[in-house]
Amino acid sequence: MRTVLVGLALAAFALAVTATATGDPATPAAIPGCAKGSLNLLNDGKLTLGTDNPAFNPWFAGGSKDKDWELNDPSNGKGYEPAVAYEIAKRLGFTRAQVTWDAVPFLRSFAPGKKPFDWYMAQVSVAPARKKAVTFSASYYNVNQAVVGLKAAPISKVRSLAGLKRYKLGAQVGTTSYAYITKFIRPSQSPAVYDSNADAVAALKNKQIDGLVVDFPSTGYITAVQVPTSSVVGRLPQQGAQEVFGLVFQKGNSLANCVNKAIRALRSDGTLRRLDARWLGKTGAPILK
Amino acid sequence: MVLLTVVAVLVVRSPGWDEVKQAFFARDQFEKSFPDILGAFWTNVKIFLIAEVFILVLALGIAVLRSLPGPVFFPLRALAVVYVDLFRGIPTILVIYILGFGVPALQLQGVPISPLFWGTVGLIVVYSAYVSEVYRAGIESVHPSQSAAARSLGLTHGQALRYVVVPQAVRRIIPPLLNDFIGLQKDTALVALLGVVEAFRQSQIEVAATFNYTPYLATALLFVLITIPMARFTDWLLARDKRRQLAGGVR
Repeated sequence: MRTVLVGLALAAFALAVTATATGDPATPAAIPGCAKGSLNLLNDGKLTLGTDNPAFNPWFAGGSKDKDWELNDPSNGKGYEPAVAYEIAKRLGFTRAQVTWDAVPFLRSFAPGKKPFDWYMAQVSVAPARKKAVTFSASYYNVNQAVVGLKAAPISKVRSLAGLKRYKLGAQVGTTSYAYITKFIRPSQSPAVYDSNADAVAALKNKQIDGLVVDFPSTGYITAVQVPTSSVVGRLPQQGAQEVFGLVFQKGNSLANCVNKAIRALRSDGTLRRLDARWLGKTGAPILK
Repeated sequence: MVLLTVVAVLVVRSPGWDEVKQAFFARDQFEKSFPDILGAFWTNVKIFLIAEVFILVLALGIAVLRSLPGPVFFPLRALAVVYVDLFRGIPTILVIYILGFGVPALQLQGVPISPLFWGTVGLIVVYSAYVSEVYRAGIESVHPSQSAAARSLGLTHGQALRYVVVPQAVRRIIPPLLNDFIGLQKDTALVALLGVVEAFRQSQIEVAATFNYTPYLATALLFVLITIPMARFTDWLLARDKRRQLAGGVR
């Protein structure tokens, strides 16, 4: 009997070893209480993630060979958000191949009903009112807003928050960038609001708006690629609570608890800081007072 | 009625109803968002009123061009046909996109870049094409003997149109005209694409801020509310017209 038990234990051990060996060699210890089989997933044994298409730099990077992904293919793991997603997946015990990405427009991500993803990751800001409709993860990025303007335009000389008041500002609909304009800048002209950042960028290029408000990391791609004649006027000071990006889950999905543990581990062991430096690492623009 | 009750019961007892109720019919969200949406709705009304005036005039012009007789006017007729085919064929949303982002990108001196301006122009261009066909139907529905009689009295083609044909045509096309104007009223929401904050965009802003869909309901309500008086007004116009035509005649 005993030998049988020992044999079984040995067999189990061998299985465990081979399982680890076939996975990533650096797989960290699984999170207690979050065994892969116990997770509440859309598809068993697979992580199904959603993000917007096109997936913009620098949040996503590496380009795309797949015609379904317009700008960047998230499954190449490049860019801050996929990098973080695959780190979380690794902590939960998933291999790269077990993670799939689907294109989901932002406005669809919070529609009522069953969500077509395990989590949605597209620079969604956590807000108390939004928590009534979805469950957010802990912060995977703390963000500042910034203003982009054309280098040749008067707005580029602005050095204070109050100085922005007299300009026509624009932002993408549904973003905290827009909320920041109306709540904290309170410009004399009503701000323009666009369906997508691409439209807002076109408006900036056309001088239909003087300044475009976006999250600071996004300004790099805008000023370098989309509108080379523009520059960052400045970063906007944090007002009230720190703005954070969170993953979006079906309301009440228990998966969020395990993901939170993974995010906390990534934060405490410096992984998030390392990925931030690698993919977003951009400082230098002045903070407007 | 029975059908409606069955549908209502099915909806209310569906497994997702509580979630839908919270997402679409949240009273506090409605009250919070309504004033802002109402404010933004004036932009829709303004766009609508300005566009409507231009559409009525422009569309009539196109319809008249199309009805010009004789080979001399072939180029003008052809122009009118091409205009209608083109702008009735392109989706309104694309016309607005192309004008609103395309023309300002040309950076021409003196050409306005205002999104409100180009959005309204887009609507005028598209709806003139629709409405000109309604006018044409009206003009062609007037019996040829009418215009023949007018011409035999010595009126020119223009005068015959002005005093005989068009007045009769317009009366007949009031219901389909209203159809197009309600369509126009609703399509004013498309101007939001260019960055203008009107009722739909305002509700979108509120929806995205709270992840709650109730503001859309508020916007829908406003659009319905403005449509109903227009429909009743048309009914009244038609009834008045009928009374006058039948005045003293057989009932």
